[in-house]
Amino acid sequence: MERMITASPIQAPGLHSLRPSSRYPGLEPALLFRFTPAPMRSRCRPHPAASLFFVFLALGSAALAGAAEAAGPPGDPVANALSTLASVGPEGEGNEEAAAAWKIIAAAGASQLPQLLAALDQGNPLSANWIASAAEAIASRERTAGRPLPIATLGDILLDTSRSPHARRLAFDLIHSVEPDAANQLIPGFLNDPAVELRRPAVQGLIDEASRQQTAGQPGPAALLFRQALQSARDVDQIELIAERLGVLGQEVDLPRHFGFLTEWKVIGPFHNQDRSGFDAAFPPEEGISLDVSLPGKEGAVQWIDYRTTDRHGMVDLNQPLGMLKEVTGYAWTEFISDSTQPAELRLGSKNAWKVWLNGELLFGRDEYHRGIRIDQYRMPCQLREGRNEILVKLCQNEQVEDWTVEWQFQLRVCDASGTAILSTGRPATPEETRRPVRASSS
Amino acid sequence: MSRPLLILSVTLAILAPVSGTADWLQFRGPLGNGTATGSDHLPTALDAARHVAWSAALPGRGLSSPVVAGERIFITAASGAEQQILHVFCFSAVDGTALWERRFRATGRTMCHEKTNVAAPTPACDGERLFALFSSNDLFCLDFQGNLLWLRGLTYDYANASNSLGLASSLLVAGDTLIVQIENDSESFAAGLKVSNGRNRWKIDRPKAANWTSPLLLRNTPAGDLVALQSTKGITAVLPESGAILWEYTDGASPIPSSAVAGELLIVPSHGLTALKPPTAGGAPAVVWQTGQLQPATASPVVLGDKVYILNGAGVLTTGRLSDGERLWRLRLEGPFAGSPVAASNHLYVFGERGIGQCVDLRGDEGVVVGTIDLGESIQCTPAISRDALYVRSDGHLWKIAADSEP
Repeated sequence: MERMITASPIQAPGLHSLRPSSRYPGLEPALLFRFTPAPMRSRCRPHPAASLFFVFLALGSAALAGAAEAAGPPGDPVANALSTLASVGPEGEGNEEAAAAWKIIAAAGASQLPQLLAALDQGNPLSANWIASAAEAIASRERTAGRPLPIATLGDILLDTSRSPHARRLAFDLIHSVEPDAANQLIPGFLNDPAVELRRPAVQGLIDEASRQQTAGQPGPAALLFRQALQSARDVDQIELIAERLGVLGQEVDLPRHFGFLTEWKVIGPFHNQDRSGFDAAFPPEEGISLDVSLPGKEGAVQWIDYRTTDRHGMVDLNQPLGMLKEVTGYAWTEFISDSTQPAELRLGSKNAWKVWLNGELLFGRDEYHRGIRIDQYRMPCQLREGRNEILVKLCQNEQVEDWTVEWQFQLRVCDASGTAILSTGRPATPEETRRPVRASSS
Repeated sequence: MSRPLLILSVTLAILAPVSGTADWLQFRGPLGNGTATGSDHLPTALDAARHVAWSAALPGRGLSSPVVAGERIFITAASGAEQQILHVFCFSAVDGTALWERRFRATGRTMCHEKTNVAAPTPACDGERLFALFSSNDLFCLDFQGNLLWLRGLTYDYANASNSLGLASSLLVAGDTLIVQIENDSESFAAGLKVSNGRNRWKIDRPKAANWTSPLLLRNTPAGDLVALQSTKGITAVLPESGAILWEYTDGASPIPSSAVAGELLIVPSHGLTALKPPTAGGAPAVVWQTGQLQPATASPVVLGDKVYILNGAGVLTTGRLSDGERLWRLRLEGPFAGSPVAASNHLYVFGERGIGQCVDLRGDEGVVVGTIDLGESIQCTPAISRDALYVRSDGHLWKIAADSEP
């Protein structure tokens, strides 16, 4: 499912003023910043490290002036080779042509690195691996030869939040490989970056500083820093760590809200799952949802039951409302009110076989049992309608009797491609919310 | 040695043709049983000061073994918050210099049990090309200079082919076919890919059950070279070029330790250990012997001479007679062990999760530990042996262990 994910362009405060703009076409970012009228500069508040960085960029740009173009001229062998790489398909389709194209690209000069990174904005994850590895081969060869990389134009890509996260992360890595100090100084500016991999080290910087304050016996500043880190954290391990530290400091974190877990459900079951056949069987809830009718279940008529989870990770445990059962299938249904039509991801974790439908469309299903569960185990890109959306989850429990096969549960959240929670406008307050806990704003 | 001379010697060594005889091109070596021939001068005392020829830092963990082709050592690793960065390295065997590195991004799921890692499958090499597979089902083929020749995203192609605990089955080269075993509870399959371009030569459904064992090449059977695919169901022998099933052993087998080749026998972790003899003309293989006294845990059996060696769940090295499976001596080692032992020249080497390497002298009536070495980092891989050197990877490093005469 990961292959369908695209990042939504979100502005990164403090950096967007440094991107080329239609107002000043053709100017290097450093020059753009220099000539931007003062009121605009004060509004944009670029990170101080960014202006220092662009001194490096300007120097690099002088060395490689005019070298970089996002797209090559017609007949450009590198452009043609990139086109070949962008067209590779599943099951090895296009591999032979791609191998020849890869060698052409890998032999190109450093000045063509931005062209390669620009190509990462298109294509599929397979072509991205072809292109990015060629870019790194070029960079490795140029560094070994002592020749410079075009850090100015790489910087343009890095700071352009409309570009793909992969391209921007690779631009950062290439810059870091030759100008590590300048690259590191940029990191705090990525705190709210749409590219999660760029955001992560910025969040880590806050966590580290907060931890130092905590160790130094400064709980107030430590809590503030942890809360700021929480607002920006999107990686599960960082969120969990921050929540734990804030808990020690007496500040409870509303994790269901931060993650966007869905906590209010209607559940029904059990239906059968004899010999694991329930996964492929279409029980009545798959034909349509009628919450007020009885349905024929495994051992008699079954009805939809209200279920609310108070678990801090939004776990919906079907063993609670339906009983500790084996070889059964259950369903959970909920509605999600979206304030707009928007791209989103449904992210599910479960160690049972499952299927998920959004507004009647099957997004994905998987018949694996008891091999592990984690938050965001499966990512399902989708499109939310404005207003009411229906989400149906099918969950199968198998016949295993070991104590580690008792669980019949899932957790599901709605978020954007960066992992930022998208909350239903009809979302009821969680117990934590009613106690006025720390909230993380969506950014 | 002066720096110019060192550079010259490294360059000459790298440019030297691959001899093939001493290479370790796949998981558990050229014979598919953890042993090497012709490596008669491996160190046995395992003194860290004398025998660590070099170590090279790795950017992330991995359980995959090194593979050795000539003076090149290939190794994989995974890094990043979700192990989404996939690394393929080529090191010089001479001095541990990284000759090249290629990085890729996982296109499949990277979730796995914390003890394992996305870089769990061992790469394979056909003497010209390196094939590197990861638990995300990303598969890359590179030449010895690091040029990317082809790639596959097997979860991109087959969306439910994954295991939430992680996959670990290693690659096997059989002629001009690359064998991949992607077995799991859901979209479970094995495939033969063309080594030249990675396209499917064949793909067959496999039992829907988690399986971490690796395919084995059975050479010169009555039906020619065959590939043995192990699963909880047993052993399925297929033709490497077509995937056609020639025979099956259906009495079950372990999904964790792999089988071992012992001449014309296949030693299978089944009901303890079971020795199979492939059929001469159709039908099922013959069960030559079966014993519950040899119970391999995670590590795969090693076959050396007329004996088979297994590590049980308590870290006890147990020896069995190859002719009838009778248990001989036992020796408790310092475990626990996730990787398999390797052996050469009447000595067995095994590295444990606590970073301890042990050398067992197999020449006497009972095994004797004659050397230990503490590498200070957890080790879960199976070592490689080539040209009188051991190559082993820990959580953070690749190590070359060789006798004093080695550079």
